[in-house]
Amino acid sequence: MLTYLINGISLGSVYAIIALGYTMVYGIAKMLNFAHGDVIMVGGYMAFCATSYLGWPAVPSVLFSVFVCTILGIVIEKLAYKPLRNATSLAVLITAIGVSYFLQNAALLIWTSNPKAFPNLVNFPGITIGSAQVSSVALVTIIACIVIMVALTLFTGKTKMGKAMRAVSEDKGAAQLMGINVNGTISLTFAIGSGLAAIAGVLLCSAYPTLMPTTGSMPGIKAFTAAVFGGIGSIPGAMLGGILLGIIEIYAKAYISTQLSDAIVFAVLIIVLIVKPTGLLGKKIKEKV
Amino acid sequence: MKNKLNVKNIFCGVSKKSRSGFINYGIVIVFFIIFQTLSSMGKLTNSLSGQLIPICVYVIMALSLNLVVGISGELSLGHAGFMSVGAFAGVIVATSLQNVIVSGSVRLILALLIGAAVAAVMGVVIGIPVLRLQGDYLAIVTLAFGEIIKNVLNCLYIGSDSHGLHFSMTDSNSLGLDADGVVILNGPMGALGIKKLSTFFSGIILILIVLFIIQNLVNSRAGRAIMAIRDNRIAAEASGLNIIKYKLMAFVTSAAIAGAAGALYALNYSTVVPKKFDFNTSILILVFVVLGGIGNLRGSIIAAAVLTVLPELLRQFQDYRMLVYAIVLILVMLITNNEQAKAFTKRIFRKKAKEEC
Repeated sequence: MLTYLINGISLGSVYAIIALGYTMVYGIAKMLNFAHGDVIMVGGYMAFCATSYLGWPAVPSVLFSVFVCTILGIVIEKLAYKPLRNATSLAVLITAIGVSYFLQNAALLIWTSNPKAFPNLVNFPGITIGSAQVSSVALVTIIACIVIMVALTLFTGKTKMGKAMRAVSEDKGAAQLMGINVNGTISLTFAIGSGLAAIAGVLLCSAYPTLMPTTGSMPGIKAFTAAVFGGIGSIPGAMLGGILLGIIEIYAKAYISTQLSDAIVFAVLIIVLIVKPTGLLGKKIKEKV
Repeated sequence: MKNKLNVKNIFCGVSKKSRSGFINYGIVIVFFIIFQTLSSMGKLTNSLSGQLIPICVYVIMALSLNLVVGISGELSLGHAGFMSVGAFAGVIVATSLQNVIVSGSVRLILALLIGAAVAAVMGVVIGIPVLRLQGDYLAIVTLAFGEIIKNVLNCLYIGSDSHGLHFSMTDSNSLGLDADGVVILNGPMGALGIKKLSTFFSGIILILIVLFIIQNLVNSRAGRAIMAIRDNRIAAEASGLNIIKYKLMAFVTSAAIAGAAGALYALNYSTVVPKKFDFNTSILILVFVVLGGIGNLRGSIIAAAVLTVLPELLRQFQDYRMLVYAIVLILVMLITNNEQAKAFTKRIFRKKAKEEC
């Protein structure tokens, strides 16, 4: 019982970290970044390469992976999304899908479709709480999630950059008039989101150690669901949505059906959205006539 | 003199819509004639002639999704779900009636009709909760429904024997079939041993019927209501339009068409698995609609046909073809949304329009 709960929170923490990337980008650029799931995959492969090919220890390889994904996020934003700043949201969506195809197929060419066994980066024994065994990976995941959550809340609340970010997400035009560098802020958001995706990729691959070019797509979709579940655009919402989704998924797998667990997760999402159409913590925007 | 000009203008305005409709029918028929003669002369490669029915299916899917995304203005990311429901309903009908109805074409027509009907019922079930939402929330719920349909079909087992149809959610042994029974739908393995019924001709006929339905819907009172709701929901509601009714009308029509397309698709192969109709398929169809031009039926037809054949034509790039496809996709989106390119095409088209008048 307790073991399931902890596993659920651990899986949910990964979803939450991915969902943070989705929600921040959505909040600021008002776009669904479908390529986000594939950045996770790239993050996983980068850590894999650093440890397996270069023989680096765990911490530098994770940092390397975060660094590469941050650069990747900025490059994607500059090349593919920035020229479409004023285009319709569907056009941006399709471009994001194009980027996602591109990343997946590039990974397919570089690393082939054979699954790679992800090395074990967490080398200390798990702990026991009461009757529950907590694996070291689950522990690291949950701690990482808490640290990221606190850091992001402080960043968006206290720092100048974070305030600029919130201002841009509220009103781009007014923010620009106040002297905020809008393009720079958007780039920064993509950088943070992609860096988080790299961390999520490493954590995900540590928990489920097979790495394929399509590894990121399903967690990406689920994290997107989590972001909407919590109310897209809201950072605490993404956190809450991700963790709840993880818990629901693990319990559904354990008690109802392994095959139907995804269906149950999505069914819960639909019910929540029907009752509360803007997600759990989403802001309700009044329509003006 | 002045009167004459007015008459001409009015004539020009009225006939424009129906003329554009006839051009669409014409394109489809010309496409059929060209490929039919090419294939009867044996000029088509094997891979290309195998693509003829999928092209028809994707054209129909693109038209159907365009009704939701373009005409009704709602982003749907789970359209493959309806295709899936229609496909398996069609397969069940075609297989279970194998001994009752001898004629293959009658079974095909029945399969298409029932596929469309079942998908339409799903459309109502999904549409009522979904259409209360707006924008990205609506998109994610359609995505969720698509995934739910895929997952449920993935653990659904259906068999038929002399007593009728048997259903199970656990495995094929628990169906309790007689010795003469056949398993039609085998969970994740999908439908096996389907008799091929679809033909290129039937695909083209279905495209024409779908075009007829959509074009008439768009140019009718209901179609104008749907577009009015898309353009300004509040103004439309204030004018007394029943928003849910008209949105549901577009959504269910689109679901039914997708169901028929699914049945046509499934009856073209010997096996079909539920996994085929996943999120990626929905996205693929959305790409056709957006690249063809949202709300533009002719664009959907051309984009779906070209983009289905494109990976085949890119075969010389071998492993790089999907990479090239992705780059083409991004570049097309960047160029079509580029201000300078837009202004350039506008200038050219304005010149043409002036010359015509």
